[in-house]
Amino acid sequence: MSRIKATFAKLAGEKRKALIPFVTAGDPTAAITVPLMHVLVKAGADVIELGVPFSDPMADGPVIQRSSERALINGIGLLDVLAYVRKFRETNDTTPIVLMGYANPIERMGLEAFAANANAAGVDGVLIVDYPPEESVAVLKVLDAAGIDSIYLLSPTSTDIRIKLVANSARGYIYYVSLKGVSGAANIDTAEVGAMIQRIKAETSLPVGVGFGIRDGATARLVADVADAVVVGSRIIQEMEASAVEDQLANVEKLVSDIRIAMDA
Amino acid sequence: MKLNDLPKNSSAESAYDLPDATGHFGPYGGVFVAETLQAALLELNIEYERAKADPEFVAEFQRELKHYVGRPSPIYHAKRLSDELGGAQIYLKREDLNHTGAHKINNTIGQALLARRMGKPRVIAETGAGQHGVATATVCARYGLECVVYMGSEDMKRQAQNVYRMKLLGATVVPVDSGSKTLKDALNEAMRDWVTNIENTFYIIGTVAGPHPYPMLVRDFNSVVGKECLWQMPELIGQHPDAVLACVGGGSNAMGIFYDYIPHKNVRLIGCEAGGEGVETGRHAASLTAGSPGILHGNRTYLIQNADGQIIDTHSVSAGLDYPGVGPEHAWLKDIGRAEYVPVNDDAALAAFHRLCRTEGIIPALESSHAVAHAMKMAPTMGKDKVLLVNLSGRGDKDMATVAERSGLQFFCRPSCQMNQLKQAKQ
Repeated sequence: MSRIKATFAKLAGEKRKALIPFVTAGDPTAAITVPLMHVLVKAGADVIELGVPFSDPMADGPVIQRSSERALINGIGLLDVLAYVRKFRETNDTTPIVLMGYANPIERMGLEAFAANANAAGVDGVLIVDYPPEESVAVLKVLDAAGIDSIYLLSPTSTDIRIKLVANSARGYIYYVSLKGVSGAANIDTAEVGAMIQRIKAETSLPVGVGFGIRDGATARLVADVADAVVVGSRIIQEMEASAVEDQLANVEKLVSDIRIAMDA
Repeated sequence: MKLNDLPKNSSAESAYDLPDATGHFGPYGGVFVAETLQAALLELNIEYERAKADPEFVAEFQRELKHYVGRPSPIYHAKRLSDELGGAQIYLKREDLNHTGAHKINNTIGQALLARRMGKPRVIAETGAGQHGVATATVCARYGLECVVYMGSEDMKRQAQNVYRMKLLGATVVPVDSGSKTLKDALNEAMRDWVTNIENTFYIIGTVAGPHPYPMLVRDFNSVVGKECLWQMPELIGQHPDAVLACVGGGSNAMGIFYDYIPHKNVRLIGCEAGGEGVETGRHAASLTAGSPGILHGNRTYLIQNADGQIIDTHSVSAGLDYPGVGPEHAWLKDIGRAEYVPVNDDAALAAFHRLCRTEGIIPALESSHAVAHAMKMAPTMGKDKVLLVNLSGRGDKDMATVAERSGLQFFCRPSCQMNQLKQAKQ
């Protein structure tokens, strides 16, 4: 059983929801990423989404773009990100890692090479925001063969036809982008989210995670009532931006722990 | 006649029917965008297909081109320039004479009419040199639409006059400070705005790049340029040109003039990319010459990127060519050998700029000067009976400050003011 599947099965048994934090690899320093991943697990993360820095993160808001820019200044590329995952796996063989990023760095490495490297490093899933199902038929095949789950997005504007299309391609879990907008924008309407999740659930038995707009324990709790997983991204990066370098790990741990506690309450 | 009809008669030698239904030109093009944009692109695609087949829409578009833009734009024989060069005859397609001073207005009118048809009261656009921003602000004023233009803060400095023009026309110009602060960053920011405000907002993309259907519809709206040349050249000189030249940044003016010539295999199509300080220096924007295929801004095309697949900052003396990608149809035309692409350096473009000013009394845009430069290079190697048609895609008024600075001159400092400076210095 894949790590993602095992994780969601275990959580379902405990009647708990998954907490999925997002951080950008190599931000703000190359050295922080692996310790940060372990801190996230300690604070209650069930799955980690690790951002692969890209020069033109079109679907992300300013917070994640800034984190991407900082990582790029540190010279962090896809090979470094895979190295972090390999290092993380030396002491953690259970927490699923999902790489999140854009198609171009992967195409540049070559799809087959990427799939082989990612598998060898211990990557469990890949979410490539600019690979919709229509454009990633070949990608899906290669990642399937490498045992890597392809995670796809759905959004409030997704039609029933597109929900079906994504449901047919999706592996691991589906990531529902709860806002019309880029990552890190505005507030969330949980009733609307709940209704959309019902539509998605009608097409798939996969868990559905919700991201974009989750700020704290309270919003996470609201989302956890209607979804299988809660994704927190921009908020963690903002916490790191607001913290002195030596406090970053401790402050992120506190933030994520608070969210975990609120979700489980 | 439909917007994208190709002449299927007489000298047209082969059919060309791209993109396919899913927006691909061979391996290029496509819809590489996040799920959040999919519904909007599909809606646009459906509405465009309907509009294209709607005689009223087509008639209104053509009426606007005639009465508002001033089409058809003339073709002018640059005889003094040709005589000086002593070879092929150089003809200029005068897109610089359009309302707003460039080819960009052809496309913005088409898209603004689509926005109105789709009931979207708010228009956004990205701009590099400012020409597309001005063209968008212009049509928004014309049709009473709200207009927000995203522009790299670096470009805003280089093109301060165009920023002012947009504001005069009632547009809001939003500076973009991320990344390299140029066109590609403005495009990222405009996409973000669109994702957030998708219900009431129409995104007018200014070049033949981006996700399907943009490369197709921008090409179709600009293809009026080539369509006119197809009858104007035979009328003028009784034949088609031996080669058609156009500058290529994203490639909208080039696709506009190339498209109807594609089936005319005897006509060479030559795209002139920004060679900047020289392709070998790495400071350039010649994606087809020196780039490699990848995915950016919603389509697969040639990109200027590093070994990690990160997009690299580009350089060109002309803001309008300063873009790390290129329209996917150009990528395809390059691969199949139907069009050739050459780099033209900053210095050559500037030399062509000055030469055209002095020999013909025409001040070309720095972008278009790249194509003029390559025609000047080719002409002396060809017989006097050969014909080169250059798309003079825009006028150079916007480039006064850049050119003056490059020539070591102080802009707007007339002799009288220089005298005052001298007097002040003495005191």
